[in-house]
Amino acid sequence: MSKILKINDLEKTYTSGSKNLTVISNISFEVEQGSIFSIVGPSGSGKTTLLGLCAGLDYPTSGTVELCGTALQDLNEDKRAELRNKEVGFIFQNFQLLPTLTALENVIVPLELQGEKNATKIGTELLTKVGLQDRLYHYPSQLSGGEQQRVALARAFSNKPSILFADEPTGNLDEETGEKVIQLLFELNKEAGTTLVIITHDLDLANRTQQILRLKGGKIIANEKLVSEHEQ
Amino acid sequence: MSNRKINLPWLLKMAWRDGKASISRLMLFMASIILGIAAVVSIQLFSANLKDNIKKQSKSLMGADFIIDSRNKPSKKVQAIIDSLQPAANEVNFVSMAAFPKNDGTKLVKVRAIKGNFPFYGKLATAPLTAAAQYQKKGGALVDATLLLQYNLKPGDSIKLGKVIFPITGSLKSIPGTTAISSSIAPTVLIPYRFLEQTQLIQLGSRKEYQYFFKAPNMDLEVLDQKIDPILDDNNADLDTHTSTSRRLGRRYDNVGRFLNLVAFIALLLGCVGIASSVHIYIKEKLKNVAVLKCLGVSRKQSFLIYLLQIIGIGLVGGIIGAGIGTALQFAFPYILQDFLPFDVVVSITLQPIFMGIVLGIFMSVLFALLPLLGTWYVSPLEVLRTSEENAQKPRKARIFTLLAIVLFVFLFSFWMLKSAVNGFAFTIGIVITFAIMAGVSSLFMKLIKKWFPTNWSFTKRQSILNLYRPNNQTMVLVLAIGLGTFLISTLYFTKDILLAKTSLENKKNDANIILMDVQSQQETALLQSFKSKGLEVIDNIPIITMRMHSIRGKSVNDIRKDTTIQMRKWMLNREFRVTYRDVLSDTEELMSGNWTGTVEKGKPISISVADNVARDANLKVGDEIVFNIQGVLMKTIVGSIRKVDWGSMKVNFSIVFPKGVLENAPKFNVITTYVANKESSAVLQRDLVQNFPSVTILDLRQVFTIVEDIIDKVSWIINFMAFFSIITGLIVLIGSVRNSKYQRIKESVLLRTLGAKSKQIYQITAYEYIFLGLLGSFIGILLSLVSSQLLAVFLFKEPFVPSIIPFLVLVPGITFLVFIIGLSNLNTVLKSPPLEVLRKEM
Repeated sequence: MSKILKINDLEKTYTSGSKNLTVISNISFEVEQGSIFSIVGPSGSGKTTLLGLCAGLDYPTSGTVELCGTALQDLNEDKRAELRNKEVGFIFQNFQLLPTLTALENVIVPLELQGEKNATKIGTELLTKVGLQDRLYHYPSQLSGGEQQRVALARAFSNKPSILFADEPTGNLDEETGEKVIQLLFELNKEAGTTLVIITHDLDLANRTQQILRLKGGKIIANEKLVSEHEQ
Repeated sequence: MSNRKINLPWLLKMAWRDGKASISRLMLFMASIILGIAAVVSIQLFSANLKDNIKKQSKSLMGADFIIDSRNKPSKKVQAIIDSLQPAANEVNFVSMAAFPKNDGTKLVKVRAIKGNFPFYGKLATAPLTAAAQYQKKGGALVDATLLLQYNLKPGDSIKLGKVIFPITGSLKSIPGTTAISSSIAPTVLIPYRFLEQTQLIQLGSRKEYQYFFKAPNMDLEVLDQKIDPILDDNNADLDTHTSTSRRLGRRYDNVGRFLNLVAFIALLLGCVGIASSVHIYIKEKLKNVAVLKCLGVSRKQSFLIYLLQIIGIGLVGGIIGAGIGTALQFAFPYILQDFLPFDVVVSITLQPIFMGIVLGIFMSVLFALLPLLGTWYVSPLEVLRTSEENAQKPRKARIFTLLAIVLFVFLFSFWMLKSAVNGFAFTIGIVITFAIMAGVSSLFMKLIKKWFPTNWSFTKRQSILNLYRPNNQTMVLVLAIGLGTFLISTLYFTKDILLAKTSLENKKNDANIILMDVQSQQETALLQSFKSKGLEVIDNIPIITMRMHSIRGKSVNDIRKDTTIQMRKWMLNREFRVTYRDVLSDTEELMSGNWTGTVEKGKPISISVADNVARDANLKVGDEIVFNIQGVLMKTIVGSIRKVDWGSMKVNFSIVFPKGVLENAPKFNVITTYVANKESSAVLQRDLVQNFPSVTILDLRQVFTIVEDIIDKVSWIINFMAFFSIITGLIVLIGSVRNSKYQRIKESVLLRTLGAKSKQIYQITAYEYIFLGLLGSFIGILLSLVSSQLLAVFLFKEPFVPSIIPFLVLVPGITFLVFIIGLSNLNTVLKSPPLEVLRKEM
């Protein structure tokens, strides 16, 4: 299988005054196309920093990131945005819906960016798929947390991404709602054949993926391949 | 940079989607634009209309193609010119007393004795309509309509001027070139010229004007002006063409125009402050959205353009509404200014100011929003994962470029409004300095409270003080908005004071309130006798001698007139001075330089005293020699002293004062003043004087005070009306800025609420913060406005400036209170709903 994400000797150091703080170092791993990959670790282990670097949201201090066959260090901010629009989907812990746009408008933004003419139709179908056909024209503030995350799911899959990054997707939800969202995430992923990179500190969720990268203190402490429920 | 094409329809769609959900936050922003543009468009349109009307009506404003006028009977040379040009009409006008036999009333009037069919353009508006055509034939008088009303007279009654009683043929509503205000002290009375002699009102020393009206529609007036005006000037006469008159008239409204432009300029600047502060907070809120959009693949250019389009849209709508209001408002100007204009203004709509208004609305919105808008370009998509202050920093170069563009805009705009590069530059520098001082003071304030933090204060007070300097503080933005708002409002208030500065009209007891002018020597004794018999005290009996300057520092005035290298205001070369002699300074005079000479000693040079304005305009210094021509006799004098004269006082003042012992035997007339206790006694005295001394002109100061007060009231009303416009803009900007700041504090308030803070504590924290900001901003604003007003008074209006205490008493507490109330009202949603609901709804 081909590799959709290749990370090589990644390091990120923040400078605060005269002090340097290395958040992650010596990070190297690869993610296979179509797989479900999880990154786990305690708070402060560098999970979110790593996600930001993998998705091209931030620049590493050293090392390289190759996403969908493109070396990110060669791209400027706008080329990265273009790549994200074509190849990448996101799900965030705190949903990150645009508060001034309705559920449907939130979902269709990536499609419209690509110039998709049937954006509204596709967006409506996606929202129907996540069970929000009656909430198309509601604003985020009028939706519950679970509903907001389902809108975020629909948005993440709307541009048919090659890879989808999910940062603590159930972190802001209760257990029952969280489980429903994860079920939905896996279903949509299976249907679309997308690569899924999940950041979580929920080991039960991690154990349902095919590969787990364990971080501690900004370093990899384990990189385990599992046989997930999807392969069984 | 991305190669992706700019998808404008999508960008517009996104701008609209985002904007419609934020409409309430954008309304106040739009209000700032609307009011600023409305002020500019209305004033520009009106100015254009005024100029257009003056140009179009130039002939009917004058009533003729050109006029030759002279303060004396024309010399032979002038008369030859007049005869060769064949005047179609002529008049002699002068101020005199009129009596009304019907009710024994008397009134100072301006008599215009007219020969011929004047005016040739425009018309005499009379009631009945036929009166204009009949008064000449019937030998009657046309009397000012207001005067007839005041004295309960009507056509058919009579008016006595000097020795002649005229039947009143009609009431005179308007005559070309006269305003309601200009004719209020001495209303106009038209009589046929042929009766002038019989009135016996033309006496030695009486002020009169000879005017010759010409009808020459095909004559090249520029050529005529170049050819004959220098000759006329040399002979104490003057040529006025309808084109030069309309130019002069246009210039006369320059001061009004300057003030109106200043009002518009300030309203617009306030609008700009409103835009900058509203957009600053608005965009700050939107940066998280921009980060999300960038995560979804939106480029920097696209995210920037989405919000730029939003701002352009608001600028466009605000500009259109503002231009609409401005257009509607200028229909009101002719009514507001009608007493001050010598013609009816026909309002017409020209597209240029409307178009300019709309473009300006867009342009100022974009320019003043640019600095905060830059944030959308530089915000990192990583903001979605974690907030970082560093990422929001905009590069220095872009910021400097934007600030320079703003300064350039302010300069170009002030240049356009004030039509002077120097004034525009001074204004711009002033605004930049003001801005810098305010930013400096607020930054210093933050540093000082951080250094000397009052650790022993109560929790709520400490929290509010912390709010002033900790991250996410709004001190700089609000001090700038409140400070600049207050600065501009109080500058306008002080400017209004400068323009309305007036002499005290209090008529103190025993100060003269009746002035008798043009009392001939042969009348003096009889008149003084008559006063004595009535028990009236003569307060002043001032001798007046008329004279002209013959030479200054040995050079004849004719040579000076021709010499273009001499730096001198040449009005005094043609002027007939009315001079007095006395041995003491009056209480309205103050010696500035030289020595006062009360009485001239035999054999010594005649040392005169010159008023400072004459000395300045003629470039005279103590010791300079002036030779006067006193009715044919040349008299050599030396400037002995220069006096400051309070021309604003209602006293008889003189430009030139001679010492005693020189002019006693020269042909002269007198000005006599007295005090009359009440209106009734004044009426009796005036009736008696008109009966026995018809050529004596009586000025009843009590009546003049009433008229002047009325004029000042009207001027005040107009200036207040216009200033109100800017002040309202300022208040809306303040409300907008403070209201928008709510979103800065809402999260903290909710968190405090969640942690168990009581409503009272949250109110106190917020109240103290806004009171500190309100006090600081308004106080700096007013202090700076004192400086700017002083500069305006000296350089633009050339008037003295005595600051009033009112802005300190009203604006500082008023604005602080307003800021405090809006600040507290921001908390209502926080305190009346559960914390989670607030966060979901507002954030």
